[in-house]
Amino acid sequence: MAEKFDLNEREVWDGNYAASQALRQARVDVVAAYPITPSTPIVENYGAYVANGYVDGEFVMVESEHAAMSGCVGASAAGGRVATATSSQGFALMAEVLYQASGMRLPIVLTVVNRALASPLNVRGDHGDMYLGRDSGWIQIDAFNAQEAYDLTLCAFKIGENHDVRLPVMVHQDGFITSHTAQNVYPLSDEKAYEFIGDIVPVDDMLDFSRPVTYGAQTEEDWHFEHKAKQHKALMDSRTVIDDVFAEFEKLTGRKYNRVEGYDMDDAEVVIVALGTTVETARVAAQELREEGVKAGVVGIRVFRPFPFDQVRDMLENAKSIAVLDRSSPGGAMGAFFNEVSAALYTTPNRPLITNYIYGLGGRDFSVAEAKRIFLEQKANADAGHITTDIQQFSGLRGPHLGYFQTKRS
Amino acid sequence: MIEIRWHSRAGQGAVTGAKSLGDIVATTGKEVQAFALYGSAKRGAALRAYNRIDDKPIITHEKFMNPDYVLVIDPALAMTDDITMNDKETTKYIITTHLEKDELISQIPALQDKADRVYVVDCIEISLDTIGRSIPNAPMLGAFVKVSGMFELDYFLENMKRVLAKFPQKIIDGNMQAITRAYNEVK
Repeated sequence: MAEKFDLNEREVWDGNYAASQALRQARVDVVAAYPITPSTPIVENYGAYVANGYVDGEFVMVESEHAAMSGCVGASAAGGRVATATSSQGFALMAEVLYQASGMRLPIVLTVVNRALASPLNVRGDHGDMYLGRDSGWIQIDAFNAQEAYDLTLCAFKIGENHDVRLPVMVHQDGFITSHTAQNVYPLSDEKAYEFIGDIVPVDDMLDFSRPVTYGAQTEEDWHFEHKAKQHKALMDSRTVIDDVFAEFEKLTGRKYNRVEGYDMDDAEVVIVALGTTVETARVAAQELREEGVKAGVVGIRVFRPFPFDQVRDMLENAKSIAVLDRSSPGGAMGAFFNEVSAALYTTPNRPLITNYIYGLGGRDFSVAEAKRIFLEQKANADAGHITTDIQQFSGLRGPHLGYFQTKRS
Repeated sequence: MIEIRWHSRAGQGAVTGAKSLGDIVATTGKEVQAFALYGSAKRGAALRAYNRIDDKPIITHEKFMNPDYVLVIDPALAMTDDITMNDKETTKYIITTHLEKDELISQIPALQDKADRVYVVDCIEISLDTIGRSIPNAPMLGAFVKVSGMFELDYFLENMKRVLAKFPQKIIDGNMQAITRAYNEVK
């Protein structure tokens, strides 16, 4: 039986510590991990909990992230509650097995501390790794601060293990900006946290010898398509379970999460749409600009997959000009996040103006002043009735301006 | 909101100092943030750590800051780092040095019109005397408590004991002495 861990009602934790405490409280059976900056402390702390008797589960040291996720697949198929952590290149090396895990419908929880992908080598936060996972068939939930990294990791187990979902779940937080920044965090007691998540009830567990099952079978053109369709449907249908889990969490803590978060959106004319800590920094800018009479609002995507196409549309259809901020190198296209938000808005009667900003790569600071500048460019667009800038711009870049494409106007 | 910037070298404990300060301030019911800019820094490399303190939740995540306090815990960085960067007309400086205040200011042109906002304390000597190692973070906290007037010394010491609970008694005692001495000696 695990030793009792003393917690205060109010702690000062960074995002990594918050995530590792959530894993401890979830009483994970197996963590198979290969540490990498900036998510290393999640695994390091968890290893310390194991060594000091604060958890009863097993910690499996492996030789790579590919092996880490493979270990998680095995342990999850056997019927255990399973979690791990990674970042950046580690995430990239896991990529093959991420698809295996989702295809086998294994409810593994992966805490991802977002970091830029090399080359050039960089340890700081951007969303390159998060984007790399976007077609992998996992649910992807995004925390904007340390408290949320804790809360959403607890929610992740309850969502993924729900028998109407049975999918792996990633919980993202920004490298260093969240993972290494200590802030006030208000944890649940161990009892309350575990009661919220509940015991795992495995489906088709391989250790049930009375009912043998196969995992990782081969299907060619006869059935592969049907399997992938079912997987997509499971992801789309998980939306209601996610909403239910968030509602239950609110009852327990008073902290309300939504698949799309809107701030000052009731009458907003100019909007920043973002992921991660940028959502909160942009809120400061919006509040300051509102004092100057600019109707600014912020939309944050809480659940990146399944993408909340309908809610994004509802939230944004009455805005006049929208900036979608991509913190990932777009590699020869418009930002992927911009494309998704644009697609949702194309199906609205108003079709607000929408532009794309590439920013913050490799941890480049995103300041309140920069957010204000972006809002004011949207204000200029709204006033002119058309996009006055390049449709895609790099923001916060040193050297000459970099931007592409203008609106076609007769 | 109160904002604090630490100038330090990796290994001198600015990150721990910033996190300890955050921890203690949070016990007064305030919201805090503590972070550092280091990444792959090696021991001895210059780094900066930061605190924010406010009555309401802190939602800005920018690294940019106009500090209310600048805490310099390495004597040489006062000369070589840009310690007045993005400062305000009210920014207070607490600098660790073995020099007298006038001597120090005469060597740092950027501080010459700010003499009334500069405080000095020898955190290196204090930590060597009390803890037995050059760990200037704890004495700097004592000096900050005095200059900011944010806490009573006794309240701060009691809470610091809790933060240090995992260390041997000798280390805790050394830190208490270091904080108290710097509190009394900063000028």
